Amino acid sequence: MTTTSQSIAGRRRFTNQAMTALVYLAVALALTPLLLILGEVVVRGAPVLSLSFFTNLPTPVGVPGGGIANAILGTFIMVGIGSLIAIPIGVGAGVFFSEWPESRLSFLSSFMNDVLAEFPSIVIGIFVYIVIVLATHTFSALAGAVALSIIMIPIVARTTEESLKLVPRSLREASMALGVSRWKTVLRVVISTGKAGLFTGILLAVARAAGETAPLILTALGNTFYAKNLLEPTAAMPLLIYVYGISPFADWQAKAWGAALVLVFIMLALNLLVKLTVGRRFANVRAEN
Amino acid sequence: MGLNKYSGRPFLLKGDQALKAVVAAAAVAIISLLALLAYELTIGSRLSIDKFGLPFIAGTTWDPVHQIFGALPFIYGTLLTSGLALLIGLPISIGVAVFLTEKMKSRRTTAYLIGTMVELLAAVPSVIYGLWGLFFLSPILRDSVETPLHKYLGFVPLFAGTPFGLDFFTAGIILAIMIIPTISAVSRNILNAVPNSQREAMYSIGATDWEVIRKGILPYARSGLFGATILGLGRAVGETMAVTMVIGNTPRISASLFSGGYTLSSVIANEFTEAPAAIYISALVELGLILFFVALAINVFARFLLWRMSRMTKVKL
Repeated sequence: MTTTSQSIAGRRRFTNQAMTALVYLAVALALTPLLLILGEVVVRGAPVLSLSFFTNLPTPVGVPGGGIANAILGTFIMVGIGSLIAIPIGVGAGVFFSEWPESRLSFLSSFMNDVLAEFPSIVIGIFVYIVIVLATHTFSALAGAVALSIIMIPIVARTTEESLKLVPRSLREASMALGVSRWKTVLRVVISTGKAGLFTGILLAVARAAGETAPLILTALGNTFYAKNLLEPTAAMPLLIYVYGISPFADWQAKAWGAALVLVFIMLALNLLVKLTVGRRFANVRAEN
Repeated sequence: MGLNKYSGRPFLLKGDQALKAVVAAAAVAIISLLALLAYELTIGSRLSIDKFGLPFIAGTTWDPVHQIFGALPFIYGTLLTSGLALLIGLPISIGVAVFLTEKMKSRRTTAYLIGTMVELLAAVPSVIYGLWGLFFLSPILRDSVETPLHKYLGFVPLFAGTPFGLDFFTAGIILAIMIIPTISAVSRNILNAVPNSQREAMYSIGATDWEVIRKGILPYARSGLFGATILGLGRAVGETMAVTMVIGNTPRISASLFSGGYTLSSVIANEFTEAPAAIYISALVELGLILFFVALAINVFARFLLWRMSRMTKVKL
């Protein structure tokens, strides 16, 4: 607006101001849902929270005092195992993309990685259902973990690639000039310099996986008790929110909001942690995923 | 690396090769994963493909009891809700991106805070969007948007039928909210990548802020913004939980936005684990296969547009 001069015709100035107003309106419209969602989750979820909510098993409808302990445990187990599978593959692929960017394999794989990152998670659920649930004849934490790992791999791979590419060339050259071989340079100098970025990628992948519901419906299924081993149907927080949320019972619906508050809190904590540790560098990666 | 040959420590070279082999295997794993996905989905839907053939895609009846399966109601629902989401979400997203890149140039902190908040929208799990949509958004839309629209514009087929709240309209609005962070984040990077000479040239001939955006920036960023839009479309098409919870889950093709419907992803989520017959499961897998190819096409197209944009601006998008 500083450039508007007296000579500008009223119509042009009006258009300019109208469009500016519309841009502000767009921002307001984009932010309102976030505030409404967070507000609603806190208002409806907070009254449900108590110590027993975190430590007890779910109770049947009408029996008071149930909790979501098995769902919390299930989410931790599946995200944990999912991470164990996804981190080596994701970091490995990320190192390959950043260290051998000219190879044809790198181009193809990194393209596929981008595609996989945006893939409908329900399709991944069907895939894991066919490959693991049908093969083992049971819904299980293992199947859920594999599904989550497929969702995590592209996120870890891309953040790894981007953080390693930010490592200054001079560091690599200095290391190589000292006679350090390339593999040692990559492992000791490049990865160790870029490890904050790697850590961020893993956090983002964990945050994403912890909130995934659709693939778990077809793989982990859910459970009202603790699963005794990895080859049994297993509860998870997002599954519980879905099942309780669409149930007709006020008691269960209230518990869904309680679980939603816990999940949102975990999400925000992880995302703010990412923001605080690495700042804005990887902001676009999160948003794209 | 050639030096290693004379250094008397040839194992170093082996180390290099070993590292490359290990990380290349990870890269190969990603390609294999996608290929295996396509393969397993194709095999899994063979029963349905053999029985129904190509007419499956155009079939309007979804009747598990009589084992008649047609995909059209779901394809229709996916297209309608995603289209609605783009219609509402795109202008808002571009507005946010313009705000962050063009209006907040001198106020970095404000831009950072607002940008972060918009990004947080993407961090909210989709099941929570669904819960919120079911209990908060749907009743509000029904009472204060759908009912008046129906009352005054009910003669338009789009607004016919009794507003119920769990319908295409609510699903479209939820999806619009969910694709805003995707489109606005990518668009923001694209607008940032537009060279300043584009702006300076316009300002120097006395253009207003809007004219700079309209004539100097948007045309330059066109293919990239189109890519961002397609990326948002891909997200809307694949979104499952939030839609499943608010769309009403009825396989119906209706011109009315206030009619319950179904999408490809929501029917899979809702019926898969309850499907008793092999042919039923196979039909659902085939819906997944359709979703696979639609998502693949959308994402490849979006990546192509973004790749072209980054080649033009020399900035990786």
